[in-house]
Amino acid sequence: MSKLQHSVKLLLFIACLLLAPLPSSAADDGYGYPIPGSYEATILGTPPELMPEPPAKMLTRLLVLDVVPGRQKPPIFFYDEGLRCTFAYQEKKAPLIFLIAGAGASDRSPKITAMMMSLYQAGFHVITLPSPSTANFIVSASQSRIPGDLTEDAADLYRAMEIAWDHVKGDIEVSSFYLCGYSLGATQAAFVAKLDEERRAFNFRKVLMINPAVSLYSSAGRIEDLLKQIPGGAKKQGIFFNRMLSKFSQFYRRGNFVSINDEFLYAIYTEKLFSREETGGLIGLTYRINLAGMIFSSDVMTNSGYVVPKNRVLGSTDSTFDYFLVSSHLSFFDYFNEYLYPHFQKLRPGLTKQAFIDSLSLRSIEGYLKSSAKFGVMTNENDFILAKGELDYLRQLFGERTKVYPRGGHLGNLEYKENLANMVNFFK
Amino acid sequence: MNSTRYRTCLPFLALMLSLFLAGCAAHSVNSQDEVPPMHSISQFKDQRFAEVADPWERFNRSMYRFNFYFDKYLFLPVVKSYEFITPTFVQERVSGFYNNIGEVQNFTNSLFQLKGKESVTTLARFVTNSTVGLGGLFDPATSFGLERHDQDFGKTLGYWGADSGPYLVLPIFGPSSLRDAGGLAVDSGIYYGIYTAIDPFGNSDDAFAIGSVITALDTVDTRHQQSFRYYESGYPFEYDIVRFFYHEKREIESGKYIPAE
Repeated sequence: MSKLQHSVKLLLFIACLLLAPLPSSAADDGYGYPIPGSYEATILGTPPELMPEPPAKMLTRLLVLDVVPGRQKPPIFFYDEGLRCTFAYQEKKAPLIFLIAGAGASDRSPKITAMMMSLYQAGFHVITLPSPSTANFIVSASQSRIPGDLTEDAADLYRAMEIAWDHVKGDIEVSSFYLCGYSLGATQAAFVAKLDEERRAFNFRKVLMINPAVSLYSSAGRIEDLLKQIPGGAKKQGIFFNRMLSKFSQFYRRGNFVSINDEFLYAIYTEKLFSREETGGLIGLTYRINLAGMIFSSDVMTNSGYVVPKNRVLGSTDSTFDYFLVSSHLSFFDYFNEYLYPHFQKLRPGLTKQAFIDSLSLRSIEGYLKSSAKFGVMTNENDFILAKGELDYLRQLFGERTKVYPRGGHLGNLEYKENLANMVNFFK
Repeated sequence: MNSTRYRTCLPFLALMLSLFLAGCAAHSVNSQDEVPPMHSISQFKDQRFAEVADPWERFNRSMYRFNFYFDKYLFLPVVKSYEFITPTFVQERVSGFYNNIGEVQNFTNSLFQLKGKESVTTLARFVTNSTVGLGGLFDPATSFGLERHDQDFGKTLGYWGADSGPYLVLPIFGPSSLRDAGGLAVDSGIYYGIYTAIDPFGNSDDAFAIGSVITALDTVDTRHQQSFRYYESGYPFEYDIVRFFYHEKREIESGKYIPAE
């Protein structure tokens, strides 16, 4: 399983940016993560030399789970044979930890893999789960096939965890259960933990949230705002994309680089090829491209007629490019107002929009979160998905179990060795 | 001998049949009338982006799917067995050996592009690694500051202004273009020509068998070095995005150097 740190071509645009080496320009605050800007940190992530050594050997297995028996899958998703989770196991009795990926990320995304490796090295069994916002989860594990409601998504995750556990419990010895998630997965972890208090299948001993959103609606809005800074706003993101791409390629050709490699990407950063607004715009655009996958998959699975004509059955050789263009031009608010909220309004008559928005927040379960000692939070001073006051809210909610790093943007420092060591220590 | 061959053929036949049937199924189910969606391309008022000319999309998508199955049922199991039985140290030496042979292609193509400095670097790399690096098993050249320049005839054509032509997904090789597929044929021809001229195993009675083993190991090593897995991203527009990245990376890397104004 030496191939875990794979770089799927899909994410090349970001992935290539993630690997750039950087000068250590750490401020004098005893924290060694080097990138000061929140947007730059988010895009560049952690320089490889500041990541921990991967374990010499890791026993892993891919789990393909049948979470919703009898689920009909349209031919376009012919390759989807079940929910894909990665299972890393020790050969002795050990605690088992479930990891929930962030928005749009699979069970093998680089971030969740880094977390898995660190925890594995510290002696944990690990099962990683894809985010409920991925196509794989929507197709194979979501009861409603409509992601976005924290309570329902948590129930889907919980069911997936139970089935995963069922799959592996004959092969390993487990001493206790833990739970961890990052970004959207962190917020979901809180709701999964709450459900566990009723269902008691795992009795999670500790739950760690890394860079959580406090309110989904607010955080999504803050990322959407990044696209407002581009000329013409989000509706003109195609023009923006093409302009950034030509800047990228001109820069390459002027610089006489060998290939699109670390050196080239490092130069993009040091030469400040993209302005702050443009860097923010690229984050917003990446987010939209992710969101498009979620919207399209959900629409195909529910036959709602949102972006794909109702009753059209897409085959495995049908073009999807126009759907890509259309879906990536929809904002979170379009999805929320035209698709998500109407669905829940139908199911729960009398549900106001505000009440629904309020339910998609940690505040809706704050009584529970405050009363339980099992939670911990790690986030960054400059994580831009948190609104003014939300950082203080987290501090107030979790007290000294809140760890706030001075920089790192949104998830930029997740793979930094000190961050991963602190994550492991939390569970010890 | 015959029965093993038969056994390897069988999954193939099954595979082809299932592909054929899946293709049929995709087009036969359409009983209800379609209703236009809430958001469609007709309302689209922005520049199109990440688009690549793909007139043979149905064929390409079939190939993409074929490669997925080929990987799943044959290629990756073989690669995994290879990784399982071979110590990592040996795997790295094998990769080094083939990567060093690949320098010949890098060299011929940097010559074709009249890139003097790059040709010299590549030649120096090849000589260093073939001698000090024990036939490419090790790569001391990189530590001497000689950087690898990956070149191929597709890039050469691109460098001299040939358009990429339509996107093309090749069986087993994967994403390509009309131009790059032609380039691949030329590079393979040159490689074969050199191999025949040198005829390293000409004295052996088993020249053909040795040649086959070398080619087979090359194929396995190439896939071993490539971490891409079809449909693993789980992103429903993976085909579109892979197409875009392949095309753009080739365009950028084969482009001419533009001096700063």
